[in-house]
Amino acid sequence: MSERHPAHASAALAGTADPIKRPILSVRHLTTEFIPPRGMQGKSARALEDVSFDVMPGQTVGLVGESGCGKTTTLMSVMRLLPSTGRIINGQVNFKGRDLLAIDERQMRKVRWREMAIVFQGAMNALNPVMKIGDQIREGILLHDMLDREAAEERVGELLEMVGIPRARRDQYPHQYSGGMRQRAMIAMALACSPDVLFADEPTTALDVMIQAQVLELLRDIQKALGLAIVLVTHDLGVVAEVCDSVVVMYGGKVAEYGNADQIYNHPQHPYTQRLLASFPDVNTPTAQLTSIPGTPPRLTDLPAGCRFHPRCDARVAKCSEVSPPLITISEGHFAACYLCHGQEAHF
Amino acid sequence: MDTNILDVRGLFKYFPVRQSILRRADNFVKAIDDVTFTLKRGEVLAVVGESGCGKTTIARTLIGLEEPTRGTILFNDRAVGQGLSLKQLRRHAQMIFQDPYESLDPRSSIYEIVEEPLVVHKIGRTPDERRAMVEAALEDAGLRPAEDYFKRYPHELSGGQRQRVVIASAMVLEPELLIADEPVSMLDVSIRAEILNLLRELRQKRGISIVFITHDLSTVAYFADRIAVMYLGRIVETGMTNEVLRSPRHPYTRALLSVVPVPNPRLRRERVILQGETPNAADIPSGCRFHPRCPVAVSECKLTDPPSVQVSETHKAACLLIK
Amino acid sequence: MRRSLLEFWRIFSCNKLGLLGGFLVLSAVAAALFAPALTPHHPVDVMRDANGRGLTFAPPSVHGPLGTDDAGRDIWTELIYGARVSLTVGFMAGFIAMFVGSLFGITAGYFGGWVDNLLMRVTDVLLVIPDLPLMLVLVATLRQMDLHVSPLIIIILVIGLLYWTSTARLIRSQVLTIKERQFVSRARAIGAGHGHIVRKHILPQIMPLIVANTVLTISTAILVESGLAFLGLGDPTKPSWGTMLNFAFDRNAVTNGAWWFYLPPGLAIVWVSLGCILLGNVLEEMLNPRLTAHHLEDDENMIAIPASEGK
Repeated sequence: MSERHPAHASAALAGTADPIKRPILSVRHLTTEFIPPRGMQGKSARALEDVSFDVMPGQTVGLVGESGCGKTTTLMSVMRLLPSTGRIINGQVNFKGRDLLAIDERQMRKVRWREMAIVFQGAMNALNPVMKIGDQIREGILLHDMLDREAAEERVGELLEMVGIPRARRDQYPHQYSGGMRQRAMIAMALACSPDVLFADEPTTALDVMIQAQVLELLRDIQKALGLAIVLVTHDLGVVAEVCDSVVVMYGGKVAEYGNADQIYNHPQHPYTQRLLASFPDVNTPTAQLTSIPGTPPRLTDLPAGCRFHPRCDARVAKCSEVSPPLITISEGHFAACYLCHGQEAHF
Repeated sequence: MDTNILDVRGLFKYFPVRQSILRRADNFVKAIDDVTFTLKRGEVLAVVGESGCGKTTIARTLIGLEEPTRGTILFNDRAVGQGLSLKQLRRHAQMIFQDPYESLDPRSSIYEIVEEPLVVHKIGRTPDERRAMVEAALEDAGLRPAEDYFKRYPHELSGGQRQRVVIASAMVLEPELLIADEPVSMLDVSIRAEILNLLRELRQKRGISIVFITHDLSTVAYFADRIAVMYLGRIVETGMTNEVLRSPRHPYTRALLSVVPVPNPRLRRERVILQGETPNAADIPSGCRFHPRCPVAVSECKLTDPPSVQVSETHKAACLLIK
Repeated sequence: MRRSLLEFWRIFSCNKLGLLGGFLVLSAVAAALFAPALTPHHPVDVMRDANGRGLTFAPPSVHGPLGTDDAGRDIWTELIYGARVSLTVGFMAGFIAMFVGSLFGITAGYFGGWVDNLLMRVTDVLLVIPDLPLMLVLVATLRQMDLHVSPLIIIILVIGLLYWTSTARLIRSQVLTIKERQFVSRARAIGAGHGHIVRKHILPQIMPLIVANTVLTISTAILVESGLAFLGLGDPTKPSWGTMLNFAFDRNAVTNGAWWFYLPPGLAIVWVSLGCILLGNVLEEMLNPRLTAHHLEDDENMIAIPASEGK
């Protein structure tokens, strides 16, 4: 299938070293809504609005934001795993040459797990407590008709080794694994069909800092070995700085700022990014004053008019409460959605 | 006065692991295994460690939710459980719990929640007196105007507001000691700062002493005067915060500090990533309990349980390799 | 409080079965309360024909919508007045069962340890013994003892003191869960005593469940009373529906083909029991603590996002 939007696909967005490389996943203008469940009253919620970003092969993209900003919804939308109340009302998800939002469910099922896989937060809930770990991994392989039973079994062993779990523990149950091991098992499951992109939704949030370091190191090693692209959803700015090449800062369902890690951390342009960074403690500079952002993130059923951040922003001007600012190009691969930034409007 | 408000000596808390209803427990989860520390009046001591290290058990034992298996806790030089009853202790020491969504009774109004300690300890003889105290506590915790919050219920408030209610209800008795068990772990990042700043402010204004339990070393750097690092039920290192953070002496502290994520992508550092997981507290390794995972362990570490060594006047660590 | 009642009504009124159950129960209660207004006659009045002879086994007609019994008394009147007895016994027995069950359940669940063990073993013993034979024996024995107490009181007490076991188990397991919740730990850390914690923190949480469970227990009590009365252990001077059935069968209503004598009380028992069960089931479903948060939370939790986001 030919590329839908060759011009966009070849434009490397978040500044990478190689401008000729094409993104393996390209999200454009993704807009998702949730309608109230049947029988309940309430307004619909615009969970995502005009979200665009690129994922380059072999690199890690961080989706950062606080609760309710839409980062998990983005993953669910891209993989088309929204609950029945969720509706994607606009956008394209260009993956390896075709728009995933335009194909039917049967074709999408072939994409899921084989080409795109996901690791959830809280592996406890995602693992079947009455099935052996090895069997669960094998299930993922067999379901996708990729290998016969014997070959699948061998693959299970390979995967466990890849994630640092001794093969002998294949026959154990989830409750016999520790939290860190369960997360590794989830990663093994996700890698079963050798996907090109791995989505990780808060993979280390519930883990101790040492186990977190182990899991992050594992992801880094796997990425190097397999050329895997990773999309990491988290609220932890430290983790993002550690492992992500490019960063998408989300707020109220929109992209507030987008760039590579250096641009975001050292030259943040959006007031939210700046305030967020200022509220994050750094163990190396303990005496710096921590500031917080007054107010709370907006309810997605009750979004403010104009810029979603303006009620909490101390740099706002009149325009901010009227129309939502578009993404402005700050520099090569660095964009921010704020009227205070000077530059050309970005076109994706 | 430089007195110690809290003096914990040789504290042990073992939980029996019962194999069957009939047999007595022959195995124990050693949640706290010989802990000794002091807290000066007006000081903030952070107790840091990963899950299973015993820090939450220490919090619960200090406030009396768990009974120590052995050891003494002296509050203002009076022994808890002997010279000082739990009820008396709780008049002057309060706890802040971790989960702002769970620690408030969903069926009580904010007023009732903050008033509760007054009712339990029979402070404030008239409803008006109590009302004034509740109002003051809420305003001090940053919820203004307090009256707006009286009739509301927890589910109407955000996480940050709920945690302020928790703080208000802990402060309404004007305690001398606060035990804060992971007070900001469940809050959004941008809200954490405001709660930490509130605690700092309260400490400056009222001079309360705080035992601050957390797993987040970054927060410790911001807030604590002294820090005690725990591993598997034991304090392995303790000292002034900047001293411990700048020159950690225990290998575990060093490893922890090297892997704490820092919001600085340019930082290149040597990460010491320990292999494996913290062992089960029912099965503590022989000798130094950290030796199986220690990157610099020597053969003696398997045999001897290291005593605490004085590194400087205020800095101690329990490692055989320290001279 | 008012807000949650309105919330409750909004959700409850969407459930057709619940509304039906409510209607069935309330209509029966209304009938019992307004009995004199609904019945032209008195239960002991004998209908006489033009010649002054008792109109026995008269089929339903314009004068008596449900006909007459073997002595010429109006069935409709007996039925409505019988509601008073059946419902009173059912409600009172149900409340006693609820009270005893809640007491046992809360005590066992809250204190745990040997108290829990002891109370649960007592519960187990009662659960094991077959209900009906035990009740028959107890009621019959107590009546023999000539205690000068109305037979109905005896029945109320016997039912109440034997049917609390399932309530106790239910309440106990709920209390065990609630006891571990952080807001209870907080209350303890503040220095609150047992009484305060149970009254202020545990009881409000389990009250909805107690209410739902009581409705179901009342249904059982009505059925059991009917059974006992049918077997002749009721009070013939104050006939309940079960007693009416007893009369009907004893006095050959079947052989006389007087279906209007035995069908109405039977149907009335079904009417009320069904109502209680429907109502109780719907209430229990709605008030199930696992779902409770869902009803009290506002639209923050309306958005169906996986647990990793939200809050």
